[in-house]
Amino acid sequence: MDTIDRLIINQLQSDFPICETPYQVVAERLGLTEACLIERLQALLDNGTLTRFGPLYHAERMGGALTLAAVKVPTERFAEVTALINAFPEVAHNYARSHELNMWFVIATESLEQQQKTITAIEQQTGLSVYNMPKLNEYFVGLKLEA
Amino acid sequence: MFTLDETDLAIMHATQSGLPLTARPYHHIAEQLGLSAEDVMSRMVNMQEHGVIRRIGAVPNHYKLGYRFNGMTVWNIPDEVIDELGAKVGQLDFVSHCYHRPRHLPEWPYNLFAMVHGKSQAAVDQQIKVMSELLGKDNQGHEVLYSSEILKKTGFRSGG
Repeated sequence: MDTIDRLIINQLQSDFPICETPYQVVAERLGLTEACLIERLQALLDNGTLTRFGPLYHAERMGGALTLAAVKVPTERFAEVTALINAFPEVAHNYARSHELNMWFVIATESLEQQQKTITAIEQQTGLSVYNMPKLNEYFVGLKLEA
Repeated sequence: MFTLDETDLAIMHATQSGLPLTARPYHHIAEQLGLSAEDVMSRMVNMQEHGVIRRIGAVPNHYKLGYRFNGMTVWNIPDEVIDELGAKVGQLDFVSHCYHRPRHLPEWPYNLFAMVHGKSQAAVDQQIKVMSELLGKDNQGHEVLYSSEILKKTGFRSGG
């Protein structure tokens, strides 16, 4: 990855235009040709530097619900609880973290009601309290790279 | 609340894995779906204006970019200043996600979450120091939770 790639990634954090030839518009902002921009984007996706390029949809505004939740898992039950929680299709991501609250996962459902049902079912199956931490406000999502 | 019709959902499904890397990507989607390009573009503008599309852009793999050290920093900030300080923290270059989330007292006093990314542990330590200084006396306690293992990661994608 070189400086041009970094400029492309920073430029594509937001404001990708909706118009007939959006790559041409962005290429002009960057002083590149359209073909060069598309070629580099393809390479960044192919080599895994970018995991995705396109619209990011807002689950909550589509009627869906998303939350971050955590549980305190006793060390000796870690593998068992991981299997129980990961078996829920509503659990999208799950991370072990260094804290007394040592398991953190994202629950994605089509409604708040289903979110509550999922949390209740996880509590029943694991016997652990789920700390539900839905976002109340969002200040930033994205990334700014040093060019 | 803004409701999506079947055509909006079809556009959503067609673009969920990404935007075509062709000179006229919206025309490409329109052809796939049997719609006019004008219809696809105006519906996407509408979805963006209503916040259904958070943004159109690139999602980088932090690890691949060399940001191999990341931490979930959590802070206890007075409610009356959290929006002001959350916005400031969100503007820091090394913060990728920044949210206000509920406390669970007494065990969990933290209400501001910020994901930080650095190329070394020392860089992350320095970032946390910068944040502490920025928050000053309004920081009533903080912790950093490092991920020790990814237990599950699905293809699910959303902005947050």
